[in-house]
Amino acid sequence: MSDFIEPRKSSELDINSVPFVEVNQPGPASLLTQAKGFWVTFSTMFKKNQTVQYPDVKAPTAPRFHGRHQLNRHPDGLEKCIGCELCAWACPADAIYVEGGNNTPGNQLSPGERHGAVYQINYLRCIFCGLCVEACPTRALTMTNEYELADDKREKLIFEKEDLLAPLRQGMLAPPHPMYPGMTDTNYYNGDVKEAHPSQQGQN
Amino acid sequence: MTTTQDSAVAVELITVIIDGFEVSVPKGTLIIRAAEKLGIQIPRFCDHPLLDPVGACRQCLVDVEINGRAFPKPQASCTIPVEPNMIVKTQLTSPVADKAQKGVMELLLGNHPLDCPVCDKGGECPLQNQAMSNGRADARLDGYKRTFEKPINISSSVLLDRERCVLCARCTRFSEQIASDPFITLNERGALQQVGIYENDPFKSYFSGNTVQICPVGALTGASYRFRARPFDLVSTPSACEHCASGCDMRTDVRRGKTLRRLAGDDASVNEEWNCDKGRWAFKYVTALDRLTHPLVRNAEGVLVQASWPEALAAAAAGLKGKRAAVITGGRVTTEDAYGYSKFARIALNTNDIDFRARVTSDEERDFLAAHVVGSATTYRDIDLADHVALIAFEPEEESPIVFLRLNKNFKKRGLKVSAVAATRSIAMNKLKAEFIKVAPGSEAAAVAGLSLTAKSLILIGERASESAGLFSAVAALAAQTGAKIAYIPRRAGERGALEAGALGSLLPGGRPVADAAARVDIAAAWGVASLPSEPGRTTSEIFAGLASQQLEAVVVGGVEIQDLPDSAAALDALKKSFVVSLEIAPSAVTGVADVVLPVAAITEKSGSFLNWEGRARAFDEAVADSQNRSDVRILSMIADAMGESIMLGTVTAAAREFNQLGKWDGSRVQFAPVSAGTAKSVNGNEALITSWRRLLDMGALQKGEDNLAGTRRPTVAVISAQRATALGVTSGDQLRISNSRGSITIPALVDDIHDDAIWLPRNSFASQTLVSLDAVHGDVVTVVKA
Repeated sequence: MSDFIEPRKSSELDINSVPFVEVNQPGPASLLTQAKGFWVTFSTMFKKNQTVQYPDVKAPTAPRFHGRHQLNRHPDGLEKCIGCELCAWACPADAIYVEGGNNTPGNQLSPGERHGAVYQINYLRCIFCGLCVEACPTRALTMTNEYELADDKREKLIFEKEDLLAPLRQGMLAPPHPMYPGMTDTNYYNGDVKEAHPSQQGQN
Repeated sequence: MTTTQDSAVAVELITVIIDGFEVSVPKGTLIIRAAEKLGIQIPRFCDHPLLDPVGACRQCLVDVEINGRAFPKPQASCTIPVEPNMIVKTQLTSPVADKAQKGVMELLLGNHPLDCPVCDKGGECPLQNQAMSNGRADARLDGYKRTFEKPINISSSVLLDRERCVLCARCTRFSEQIASDPFITLNERGALQQVGIYENDPFKSYFSGNTVQICPVGALTGASYRFRARPFDLVSTPSACEHCASGCDMRTDVRRGKTLRRLAGDDASVNEEWNCDKGRWAFKYVTALDRLTHPLVRNAEGVLVQASWPEALAAAAAGLKGKRAAVITGGRVTTEDAYGYSKFARIALNTNDIDFRARVTSDEERDFLAAHVVGSATTYRDIDLADHVALIAFEPEEESPIVFLRLNKNFKKRGLKVSAVAATRSIAMNKLKAEFIKVAPGSEAAAVAGLSLTAKSLILIGERASESAGLFSAVAALAAQTGAKIAYIPRRAGERGALEAGALGSLLPGGRPVADAAARVDIAAAWGVASLPSEPGRTTSEIFAGLASQQLEAVVVGGVEIQDLPDSAAALDALKKSFVVSLEIAPSAVTGVADVVLPVAAITEKSGSFLNWEGRARAFDEAVADSQNRSDVRILSMIADAMGESIMLGTVTAAAREFNQLGKWDGSRVQFAPVSAGTAKSVNGNEALITSWRRLLDMGALQKGEDNLAGTRRPTVAVISAQRATALGVTSGDQLRISNSRGSITIPALVDDIHDDAIWLPRNSFASQTLVSLDAVHGDVVTVVKA
């Protein structure tokens, strides 16, 4: 016997003969209950409007909002990142890629022996948990409140070191440049360096 | 065979109780090792199984009780051997031992900088790990830590950070006990004690990389791996070393398709956790920018242009099909690739004209290899068992460093007697306190006959023996007369494998003689062909002569450096006259004159195996998984397919399986026809007989781009005798001009213990490339004058 069942023509169908299950539906609620519901709608008309006119208006975030990362600088402009990869190690989403580099007399990017030569954060993977910030031993990595991280190409969401580095502020010099005269990396970490020294300029 | 001999010696077992568990270990075992057998990990820094116990770090303190009497204080378990009725309580069961260990750790960390984030050892550091497992959770010491200038270069390859050192003395003990290179030592006392180098004398040891590997903290770091990665970035692959025939077990660490470092593997029967600096630090040639990436084909205008693979394979096939062609593989091939070349020559080219020896060779050497080397199984263990080792045309430290380490171990442990027949005294001879049998270059064979060896002796003969007529014959005669074992130690990693795979004119795979009809039938049946060519093949020099005289029309060349050959200019001219298919990883003199250039995989990009000098297979996997490059054997198989003469070796695995299935030849060996002993040429006046070898670290192609490594090369000098120095009026350091009709070399002199008729020059070092500049091999006459 064939499994194929010949479909019946619509004219052969008797709608009343199709089996169905009767569902008990409650009738309309009482008028009082309905009025209660409509009162919520009505009262809302007199409340303050919560709609934000984004992107024309940008509301400030909470102060400790986890936004885009930033690679900070020492007050003389040297980078705080030493390329230790602890952030990459801590990252649960494997979003960070770091390669260390050797500070040489002609190419001193951070205090001490070591700098981050390659620093990438993949914002397609980042879950903004902030474990990387906790792991950072030099306070190089922190998070800003910037949240506008959408883009139209996947490559654009892999941020390089240049994209993440903090801007140069007053008193800072763009690295590479030598360390503050007479200061060691320990002095940098203790906050003894307050601004760039004139002798640091133009030595590279 | 050797293992049964060992186990026949009854080992006295001693039973001790460690943490309540009984364990029986051989007499003399240290407590720390007995605990390891139970799986109890006692923390340690200075203890290393291959170094003498020193008890320097005090981290392994345990409570020990013998016959019911306890030591008053915890004892270092790395220095005390087990004794009967000993009860040991480690940190797991004794609060006293635990407290003592925590106290030692606290003191070690007292002066240790907290710079783990910048330290290369971070993540794989015994100090980090053991501070977590056996240290206090918090520090009680307050105040300033001792600081030193960081880091200092103790050689161009090794950096020392004295702040981090825990004074375990592993590095200094290694240098003294294993390498006999006492360039580093512990200076000063107390808190200022530190590892130091002698003034103006950097850590120029061929084995310095091992100190970096065994340093339990980040005090010694390698310059080439500095700040490059963390252990969790690396994908590790077990591998084998491609640099020489010692056959070191290695580990290759790769990050994002790039080799970042190589470490010595742990193979007790071969390299025993050690390797040399060349094996450790010469790997950048694989990722060099000048690697060949596309096939190249010479077009109608005679210019090499990029081509697609099908075009290049078709061009190679068209150029080889029906021609009188030969194959030269070079000494760097894997066994599988060599087998591919061997089968390709016999089936696709229908010839036995194949030779793996791209260097100075002789017919005597070929016959010696066929009669005494192929299929032989002399091993490192035979060095351990020998009563006397004779070094013939072989400088172990420069030409096979792990053989040197094994000789040195036996010399240090049991005073192994070593004799060397050579024209000049070498550094290794001094270290081994070897008996130096001084001969004029060319007259070695006569001296060999005078060696007094026994049936337990071992003769180590190097490939340079082919440059002295009758030397192989003299060694074979000596071995037959005394019963001593022979080990042939070539310099390059692939030579022994190529010999076994039949990449030689007189041998088929497995050591089957071409001249033996049964052997030919054997292989023909396995390969599924009607017959194999029966005429013995040409040697390397005969192949080049054949190409020059147009008797041969085409040649397939593997990884061959033309300057390794005698008369390299003539060899290059011969290649220019012929159709050349070159399988190479990077542009070379051969690819420059080739008609078809096919890029092949370098060692980290392919799997395969080498046979080291023992004949022991050293297999390795591909470390870089996504390389587009293929092993030689696959490319040869594709050329053969294009020629319509399939060799059916599409993969390395297929080649390995087929080669292993063939097995070794069990029929009669080739009879060795002795060659009469040569004599030294006569010299007069300013003439001298040249003798030379390649230094371990020199201008070799696989060391290209390794600037740190180049910094630890030994200086380029010309060694002359005191008599010659007086005659020339020079002292060490004065410039000498060494010349013949082909050219000249000008380098500083070194007055040393060398035969008065001889002059030693490095063969391929900076400013001294004897084959290229002088075209002079061992025993040739050169003129030496003060420059």
